[in-house]
Amino acid sequence: MGSNMAECHPVAFRWPLKARTDHDAVLMHVDPRFTRTSAACNLHVPIRAGSDIAFLGALIKFVINSKRWNEDPFFREYVVNYTNAATLVNPEFRDTEELDGVFSGLAPDGKSYANATWSYQRNQAPPKAKGGVGPFSDLLLQQVPGRPKTDPTLQDPNCVLQIVRKHYARYTPDLVEKVCGCSAEQFLKVAQTMLDNSGRDKTANITYAVGWTQHTVGVQIIRAAAMLQALLGNIGRPGGGVLALRGHATIQGSTDIATLYHSLPAYLNMPDGRKKHDSLKEFILTEAGPLATSYWGNYPKFAVSYLKAQFGAAATAENDYGYDYHPKITGDHSHMPMMLDMAAGKIKGFFVMGQNPAVGGQNARLQRKALAKLDWMVVRDYFETETAAFWRNSPEVLSGELKTADIKTEVFFLPAAAVAEMEGSFTNTQRLLQQHDKAADPPGDARSDSWFTYQLGKRLQKMYADSASNLDWGIKNLAWDYEPEAKEVAPWRIKDEPSAYKVLKEINGVTVADQKPLATFANLKEDGSTACGAWIYTGVIPEDGKNNAARRKPDQWISPNWGFAWPANRHIMYNRASADSQGKPWSEAKKLVFWDPDADSGTKDPAGNTVRGKWVAPSGEGIDFQPTKAPTMVGKDAALGFDWLSGNDAFIMRADGKAWLFAPAGLVDGPLPTHYEPYESPVANRVYRQQSNPVAKVWRTEGNVYHGVADPKYPIVVSTYRVTEHHLSGTMSRWLPWLAELMPELFCEVSPELAAEKGIRNAGYVTIVTARGEIEARALVTRRIKPFVIDGKKVHEIGLPWHWGWQGNAKGDVANDLSAMVGDPNVSIHEGKVFTCDIRAGRKGGRS
Amino acid sequence: MAISRRKFLKITSGAIGGGVAAEIGILNVDTAAAAAKAGKAPIKSGRQVASICPYCAVGCGQIVTVSDAGEIVDIQGNPDSPINQGTLCPKGAATYQLVKNEQRWSTVKYRAPGSDRWEERPLEWAMSRIAELTKKTRDANFNEFQDLPDGKGGTVRKRVMNTYAIASLGGATMDNEWNYLHQKLMHALGVVYLENQARI
Ligand code: SF4
Repeated sequence: MGSNMAECHPVAFRWPLKARTDHDAVLMHVDPRFTRTSAACNLHVPIRAGSDIAFLGALIKFVINSKRWNEDPFFREYVVNYTNAATLVNPEFRDTEELDGVFSGLAPDGKSYANATWSYQRNQAPPKAKGGVGPFSDLLLQQVPGRPKTDPTLQDPNCVLQIVRKHYARYTPDLVEKVCGCSAEQFLKVAQTMLDNSGRDKTANITYAVGWTQHTVGVQIIRAAAMLQALLGNIGRPGGGVLALRGHATIQGSTDIATLYHSLPAYLNMPDGRKKHDSLKEFILTEAGPLATSYWGNYPKFAVSYLKAQFGAAATAENDYGYDYHPKITGDHSHMPMMLDMAAGKIKGFFVMGQNPAVGGQNARLQRKALAKLDWMVVRDYFETETAAFWRNSPEVLSGELKTADIKTEVFFLPAAAVAEMEGSFTNTQRLLQQHDKAADPPGDARSDSWFTYQLGKRLQKMYADSASNLDWGIKNLAWDYEPEAKEVAPWRIKDEPSAYKVLKEINGVTVADQKPLATFANLKEDGSTACGAWIYTGVIPEDGKNNAARRKPDQWISPNWGFAWPANRHIMYNRASADSQGKPWSEAKKLVFWDPDADSGTKDPAGNTVRGKWVAPSGEGIDFQPTKAPTMVGKDAALGFDWLSGNDAFIMRADGKAWLFAPAGLVDGPLPTHYEPYESPVANRVYRQQSNPVAKVWRTEGNVYHGVADPKYPIVVSTYRVTEHHLSGTMSRWLPWLAELMPELFCEVSPELAAEKGIRNAGYVTIVTARGEIEARALVTRRIKPFVIDGKKVHEIGLPWHWGWQGNAKGDVANDLSAMVGDPNVSIHEGKVFTCDIRAGRKGGRS
Repeated sequence: MAISRRKFLKITSGAIGGGVAAEIGILNVDTAAAAAKAGKAPIKSGRQVASICPYCAVGCGQIVTVSDAGEIVDIQGNPDSPINQGTLCPKGAATYQLVKNEQRWSTVKYRAPGSDRWEERPLEWAMSRIAELTKKTRDANFNEFQDLPDGKGGTVRKRVMNTYAIASLGGATMDNEWNYLHQKLMHALGVVYLENQARI
């Protein structure tokens, strides 16, 4: 669901196809459009864009009410031990069933939630532990709460399973028919197949892509899938899980080593002026406090080692490792508000590297106009992208709305090296780091991206070298030495590229005293004796001169010697759950990680005898659990991290060691996924009075006008999407003659029914209009798209790929001129997958 | 520059080998056979360098072939990779044209404020000018403290050490090493409008 895998991740799609042909796997595609993926699946079920949670919620209800789920002991053992189904929630909690579509805790202005009532019921806090672990850990130890209360019989009305049951009670096949627009039979076929293919001997997988993320309820859609998989016992096991198909070569790496405003590398939160983050101690207590009974109990080590990597020798215990000089965020500084603030003139300088917001950004017209407000902009790319050229030939310049002479932006275009022209690593969608070697120098003045940032930093450091101002302490004291060794650059013309090896080694982490790489993140310290850029990558360079990202020995299954899967070469996260509560494999067919009671644990008891028992994985898979914690071992109450977790707490990154069916914290829009209509929808919410996500990110400003619910001017649903021959805004594809020819022009998929209503001819022009913009495209009239009947009302959808712009070899209007800036409240992702529009035959401006 | 269909065909005719090998990978569900075929694709002779496809997050392995003169002459799927077993999709199979492309710019271009044209400039000059602008913009717009809501209807003065005047937007096909260096430098400068394609 939410993915057209055959089109957008074609080579990965070979594997499900192989599962179908060689192992009789059943492939099901639930998606608004019939696509190349649908064509290769056993079943295609069309649902209206934006109705995914209604569908998934109904699957959850179907499963937990089924005879098999209630009778097969597998499901009960998995769910009681590995999920929070048995945990008791605050009796003050009120569900959407009681409050007509909102949860308890909604602020009076309806724009945010306080989540106190979503919390667990807990036992009394344990007596305070003595400490002696470390300066920050000792403080965390004082805060450890009591263990959550549970009812393993799953009968208590406040237990999570009962809350989930009540929450989805009305998500019936009949409701699916009315909200999603598929038939109840189609839905039941999917539900039964998922259930039949889950259990001790079988696992089922759910795969998604941006078809799920780009919604005002994106995070909750994915959570609904994770809940279903947890209920079906499909997480932490081979063939199971929820697989995110991410879109770019190292989009995972850009998230892990975050160049994202809210995050430091390795999922530490960015210091925030609005939170109690006034000192390093307060930062650690605020961020790690609620998580300290999970593996995040090691947060102090991660945070201190990050600061040591940042500021090197200048970071000392006395100056809080430079924490005071680290910037703090003060609001949402993500892509959309960034561009709105740029349009408002608040941003003066802009680095755009390998990005093309003039085409790829939501409400792209507004984004292009924002560029004209800048004092300066640096673009680094291969070709003259639309972003680079906005001042000379954008639609706004050609229409006279902006005049080139009036655009005061000073623009630099710096040519970029191609991947084959530099050394570095990518992290793919499976968390796998893979090294690419340098094959040749880039042409002329083209340089790697790392070169640019490194050389810019060197120049700035020189310029600030004499500053005595504490405002400049950070740049002055930045640890910034990645000079290449002579042998690294010997074969090349360009001698001043930074050493990719040295950078990766710093990311991996070192012992400060001898600068030796850390073999595992278990060796990190909170006393400043280790420096580590991103703890989750530790182990990629386990010793000097050894780069695990460059391992190239494949095998027939997990290939543990091909690249490096973070963390610690674990390919399947939470794989402790691939064994039962006693540590035995659930079945021979699904064996992965299990407890071997006779294996030498590598430790000795006080009497000097070998301690026996450890987790093993014959495939070479990394074990995502404490290596010697017996399955029946009970965690300590007054403890952090692994010491607190018990032998069956497989979900080691969760504060209670369980997979969360109900999310007591971490989400701003509710503890359970709930069907809301997209922000722009042709229909009213049939499930609740609350129409759309009450806390969605909305920016009501000039140039970003929204359509109303069932707006008669914009009755048609539109989804934007991608085709296999192009890459995103087209920078890496529209200039390539081979790809430009394969997919030369913007088109719009229209159903024959809509075409007949509007007089649209196949291959003729159509104009698509929203309150944000107007574009033209060639019509592709096809039965792959069908109108839906939603609760008796006919709803048309159209499909629009968005790769084109006015530059390059394959040109076309910018589809993102149509979309609005509106976003998911948790992660600020836009809703490009569903908004409303109107369509008419003929070209823009009334030409035919 | 407009490229006519005829010119397209002329340019593409040299690439049929790579394209066909990739197509087999997608269409033929017998992956072993596809891998064997892809392994036999007509890779040009030369030094072979292991690489990764620059497009999507599947992470297909590639082999870059370099001539004796040090030129990249071919980019094909890596048959050893357990991910793609030698196959590539149309984008991956076209990677060669991303490297060797007559429209690719290899010199620095500069557009002065209000100007209607690009001018060529030396790389060194551009780097110095960018560093100067970065420092100037940062220094003129740096916030040591800021009054922020205290959650009780009032405000409280907080140390923020940031600047809102500089923004950075990066792509997600750029190395992990770049991401690391870039976040490090931006944080050292106080830049908080730091974003990446990874959000979208
Ligand atoms: S070849 Fe295609 S599927 Fe493979 S990584 Fe490249 S773009 Fe993705």
